[in-house]
Amino acid sequence: MRRLRPVPSIEFTFGIGVLVVAALAPLLFSSFFVSFILTQALLLGIAAASLIFLSAYGGMVSLAQVALYGIAGFTLGNVVTTGDSNGLNLGWNPWIGAFLGVAITTLLGLFLGALASRSTGIYFLMITLTYAVIAHYFFGQVVTLSGFGGISSIHPPKLIGSPETHPLRLYYVALIVALAVYVLIRYLSRTPFGRVLQGVRDEPVRMSSLGYNVALHRMLAFGVGAFIASLSGVLFVWWNGHIDPNSIGIAATLDLLAIAVIGGLYRLEGAWLGAFAFVLISNYIRHVPFLEHIGIDESRFHTVIGAIFLLIVLASQNGILGCLESVREAVRRQRGGNAARTGAREPR
Amino acid sequence: MSDFCPGNIRRNRHGLLHYLTLGTAAAAILFAIVWILFIASNTSPGPAIENPKDFFITLLNGVTVAGLYFVVASGFTLIFGLMRVVNLAHGSFFLLGGYIALRLQREFVGGGSVFGLTSDQVSLAQWVFPLLIAAAIIAVSGLLIQQCLLRWNQGQELRQAMITIALSIILADQMLAHFGGIAQDISWPRTLDKFVDLHLYGITYPVTRLFILGFAIAVGVLLWLWLKKTKTGMVIRAGVDDPAMVSALGINIQFTFAIAFLVGSALAGIGGVIGGSFAGLAPGVDGQWLLNSLVVVIIGGMGSLGGAAVGSLFYGLVTSFAAAYLPENYTFYSVIFTFALLAAVLAFRPYGLFGRAA
Repeated sequence: MRRLRPVPSIEFTFGIGVLVVAALAPLLFSSFFVSFILTQALLLGIAAASLIFLSAYGGMVSLAQVALYGIAGFTLGNVVTTGDSNGLNLGWNPWIGAFLGVAITTLLGLFLGALASRSTGIYFLMITLTYAVIAHYFFGQVVTLSGFGGISSIHPPKLIGSPETHPLRLYYVALIVALAVYVLIRYLSRTPFGRVLQGVRDEPVRMSSLGYNVALHRMLAFGVGAFIASLSGVLFVWWNGHIDPNSIGIAATLDLLAIAVIGGLYRLEGAWLGAFAFVLISNYIRHVPFLEHIGIDESRFHTVIGAIFLLIVLASQNGILGCLESVREAVRRQRGGNAARTGAREPR
Repeated sequence: MSDFCPGNIRRNRHGLLHYLTLGTAAAAILFAIVWILFIASNTSPGPAIENPKDFFITLLNGVTVAGLYFVVASGFTLIFGLMRVVNLAHGSFFLLGGYIALRLQREFVGGGSVFGLTSDQVSLAQWVFPLLIAAAIIAVSGLLIQQCLLRWNQGQELRQAMITIALSIILADQMLAHFGGIAQDISWPRTLDKFVDLHLYGITYPVTRLFILGFAIAVGVLLWLWLKKTKTGMVIRAGVDDPAMVSALGINIQFTFAIAFLVGSALAGIGGVIGGSFAGLAPGVDGQWLLNSLVVVIIGGMGSLGGAAVGSLFYGLVTSFAAAYLPENYTFYSVIFTFALLAAVLAFRPYGLFGRAA
């Protein structure tokens, strides 16, 4: 039986510290760093959190999260734009657009989840990967909705303002949503639904014979994952102002998986840590002195991400957090502390 | 992981919902047949009874592209069936094989304009040898990856899948660096690049497409003979059912695994060369062919050779007919039919038509 441990106090303190730094970030860092690096890390982190939620609590590694995030983004784009952009150009209120984006994605998530819910493990991985690639081609080919050029000039609601003129507002919105998503997932894991979901993850057969509807719980969890991913998609479009099929292509899909794996596929906090690491690497790789000599520069950024991904998967599946944890365990054991405590266990 | 399909336990096979979905699927298929045969308004070919020529061309296109799907997907399914390894770098192997053959062909022929070669510059040998060499290189690389990275993670399916995903990220980026971002074609040899009169409603049909179909049938028959009639094949089939027992009987199952990985990767490479001659090579083609393989094996069932054949046939026919027989303003919706096919199969058989839960 594998379960996430309750957060020990040192991690709690650390978490509060991170939150304080995040809240004060505009005072501490340059505005580029806040509006670009940190906001992007928060957005990607929300999407990664939906993936980690499914894998950590439901045992389902889903590659469809980027597709779902894209569906929310494209819905929003179609609903709110006016004038000569691609898509339907309905020109409705941005809040209605955001609501529709989230609602449609969640409903679609429930449907897709129902289709995939009787498969597990690598079958689930493959089916969701297929969803992802089909969504990419769908928005590329269906020119009434987008086409490969994508939808441009999508503006956030007036209250938030354009990210160029008011970058901090969007940053704080992303921060609040990220926090809300974190709390929501933590809360869900303690509800009866969350408990059953974790039971389904570990012992589907036993849960089934106890009378729980395994497929239904998987489907609902997938719906929750779709909901969280759609929040990230809406924020992404507000932040970026543009969405095209390549932003939900197979490369983006695998990037999100890389983020989750780098952060730790079975640790919720890892979502934002992985996203932060990912955005940092993608932006600052040109400043790393040694890499240039072996022919790695900014444009070969995916080779670096792939290599880190590979190393982490080969070493363990708990990502950066898992590595930190094993170091802490080792230190504790050195000090002769109580060795009975077990760390985050290796996943299956 | 799961030893059987737990979701099925509670599933009422004779419930109302089951019949409802079954009925919808049957009605949809019936409607599609009636549409293609008699109505087909606003489509470019028109109804099949009025325009049998275009109907048969669409049919042939579907069957021949299914052949290519089969060549690529059979390698994927062979590796999975025996080792439970989902090789998500299969698409990357496909693209890499294509690029290697492309380079070799340019080397062999020499010259050629910036637009690449034309088929009259290429002899049969200048197409076959790049194919063989590329297939061999891909086979050996696949084997190395299996031996160095996957072998010591045996049984950890998800981790193995992740390893191959990481490899596919690296390979895609490196191929972009070395072969550029522009779409390129491998040139068919001049002996194949022509048309043949089929004496059927006056259809003249490209020989290359017929060649792909013939090649796929040959691959299918050879794989079938190999698996059913030879000792290695027998060991492979036994290994699919119970690797531990095969091992206990003193058979070197690791050697068999290695052979299967070699053959499976080689098929991806061969597929890449044929696919590169047929439809071209570019960044992103790897993902497209990974999708094709995934769709085929999800429909047909993982690890089943017959499933791969049936799956590719369904998939090829659906894509071909959807592209031709959708009303003119809606042809770009054809990708939805891929999804509908997948959804229909998954709704009834979560492990594919011929699949068994691991």
